[in-house]
Amino acid sequence: MRRLRRPTGVPALARNEQSVVGSAPLSDVRDPGEGRMPQEVLQAPLVLEYPFIRTTGPVLGRFLTGLREGVVLGVKRADGTVMCPPLEYDPADASPLGELVEVQQTGTVVSWSWGGPLRDQQPFTQPVAWALIQLDGADTTMLHAVLVDGPEQMSTGMRVQTQWREAREGHITDIRGFVPCSDEPDGTSSAKPPSTVDLDTVEPVQSVRTPIRLSYSYTPGRALSQYLHAMKEKRIIGDRCGETGQVFVPPRGVSPVAGKATTETVELADVGYVESFNITRVPIATRPDLQPPYCSAWIVLDGASVGFMGLVINCEPESVRLGMRVRAVWKPDDELKISATNILGWEPTGEPDEVIADIECIGRVGPQQKGGSTS
Amino acid sequence: MGKERTAVIGVGQTKYASTRGDVSMAGLLREAAQRALDTAHKTWADIDAVIMGKAPDFFEGVMMPEIYLAEALGCVGKPIMRVHTAGSVGGSTACVAASMVQSRVHSTVLTIAWEKQSESNAMWALSLPQPFTTSVNAGAGGYFSPIMRRYMAMSDAPELIGCLVAFKDRQHALKNPYAHLHQHDLTFEQVVESPMLWDPIRYSETCPSSDGACAMVLTDEAGGDAHDGPVAWIKGTAMRSESNSYGGRNMVSPAASEQCADDVFAQAGIGDRRSQIDAVEMYVPFSWYEPMWLESLGFAEKGKGWQLVEAGATRLEGGDLPVNCSGGVLSSNAIGASGMIRFAEAALQVMGEAGEHQVDGARTAFGHAYGGGAQYFAMWIVAKDK
Repeated sequence: MRRLRRPTGVPALARNEQSVVGSAPLSDVRDPGEGRMPQEVLQAPLVLEYPFIRTTGPVLGRFLTGLREGVVLGVKRADGTVMCPPLEYDPADASPLGELVEVQQTGTVVSWSWGGPLRDQQPFTQPVAWALIQLDGADTTMLHAVLVDGPEQMSTGMRVQTQWREAREGHITDIRGFVPCSDEPDGTSSAKPPSTVDLDTVEPVQSVRTPIRLSYSYTPGRALSQYLHAMKEKRIIGDRCGETGQVFVPPRGVSPVAGKATTETVELADVGYVESFNITRVPIATRPDLQPPYCSAWIVLDGASVGFMGLVINCEPESVRLGMRVRAVWKPDDELKISATNILGWEPTGEPDEVIADIECIGRVGPQQKGGSTS
Repeated sequence: MGKERTAVIGVGQTKYASTRGDVSMAGLLREAAQRALDTAHKTWADIDAVIMGKAPDFFEGVMMPEIYLAEALGCVGKPIMRVHTAGSVGGSTACVAASMVQSRVHSTVLTIAWEKQSESNAMWALSLPQPFTTSVNAGAGGYFSPIMRRYMAMSDAPELIGCLVAFKDRQHALKNPYAHLHQHDLTFEQVVESPMLWDPIRYSETCPSSDGACAMVLTDEAGGDAHDGPVAWIKGTAMRSESNSYGGRNMVSPAASEQCADDVFAQAGIGDRRSQIDAVEMYVPFSWYEPMWLESLGFAEKGKGWQLVEAGATRLEGGDLPVNCSGGVLSSNAIGASGMIRFAEAALQVMGEAGEHQVDGARTAFGHAYGGGAQYFAMWIVAKDK
């Protein structure tokens, strides 16, 4: 769902004969004052997520195997101290660690913080405290949740014990959290007896699911926003570098050549040529609608200094050539949105092919950017 | 006072494989790091700082892994630094590590680069969605194949040059026990007949997806002199970058690539690049990049790099400019590590430690990496003699 940061109200800019739609405002990003914005700056949610699978190695795998079986393990260092959760290598001298020993399921809160309102994907039903918990038998602390109703029930030094989930898979969340307990750290009062599970006889945990979901608010910025607004009217705009004359499509607001804000907005016709292409024969995960083979190409519009990628359609992919003249194929008018997806692709115009003078270079402007000598 | 002379005294690699399910990320790095320390005759206590590099965090989904890796790499209480320049990062990391010694900030450093691609999917991570538009670009192959087509058109190269490169690198890989792909029965015809993925790029002309790590120990002149074993002296390091799209950009041979090469060859005092370099390890993730880089790096005239390939000049056996004797990126691609592997393999050649894929008598070698939209470059030259 798209949200507009500002209300509409500024009329769409009109074309003029020079194809210059506006000047400074597009690139003057330092002072986007009210009334100076040619169009609304767009914004939209963007979610990136992937189900990463992480291999654990033997030490962390053993720890997670223990959790699945309801046992908490720490790793013993050369000096006899125990780190829980375990590390694979000793922080003191980088020596490898591997002797895992069971620790108690009771411990002491060394420090804590109230977690506040629950966030998405937190595996709890109500807010929790986050605490550093030193389990009895361990010399280091574990960060985990303490399941209490409010911060008034938390205190440094309080005693807690594990609360397990019924269904466990070998993950830190197999411990649902810790809950207060009344025993004293005097040794064995209510400590759990050592586990009877033989971890050598059960299927070891070797990997762990770590799905990651990042939720952004994406804004394409002012230059690209103006481009996207124009797309709704089947117009293509770019911007010009005042120093080199190069024209960028889509507009960028800044010239990568001069390192300065662009100075002019330029409107271009929706025709150009194919400066290079491939015929893709593998599917794209993000475009299930695209059936291979299809031709994706760098399209250089007439008057532009750089190409951008688009699909060549309405012809056999094998018939596409370097220099082939193409024009935009737009969505039907009643389907036009503020979006670059309004261009479905590019189809051959039937005109004679463009002669690409300097075939190494992309675009037709800026010979001063050619590389140095190669002796 | 000039730069401190700097030497590579230890190299360590893991066996590259599609999945290293038996180790954690830390365990993977540790293997390479320990091997580098062992060949350098050093212990963790001898290392002053660790300089590490990998490709984007999204490739594995571990945010800032350098922090989690401190214990595994003996960094506790020591400086730790991460370098990031996309696919060229392994090379850039080595350059930054070298600068730490050259500038006399540190005497001995460990540098390491890695990727554990099996934990994610790089093609997905390189084709992230963006609102208001749709992607028509399928991963790195989708991006680079039009550039290769452009090279093919400008150079009028025979169509099967790319297949020759791919077949050569896979043959070389058979001599490198660390290489991911060991395709003993592969024939040239099979390369030619493998399916087109991003026409003009065939499946066999693309790199695999690998788990792996590569590490080196670098030390100062006194350390290099005192080392009881072979040494590679660093004669030059250079990095350059540029915007990936501007008018007139030469995408086949980017200006930054040519400038970076000019810089590093000048530092090493090399005039005739082809005759003075004995072994080349360059970043060739798609076959056609071998002739393209041969030209961009000044080993061949513009438009004629493919002739070196066709004549067999870049083969280990019989070639006068052997390229990617290790099998190259086409045979092992743990993305973040791939650049450092090139640098390390160049070092192994002048140390005389390249085993079966050793270039006889190699005295000067060139390591190369590129990344992003062919917009980040890192290069070094190493030599047997100080």
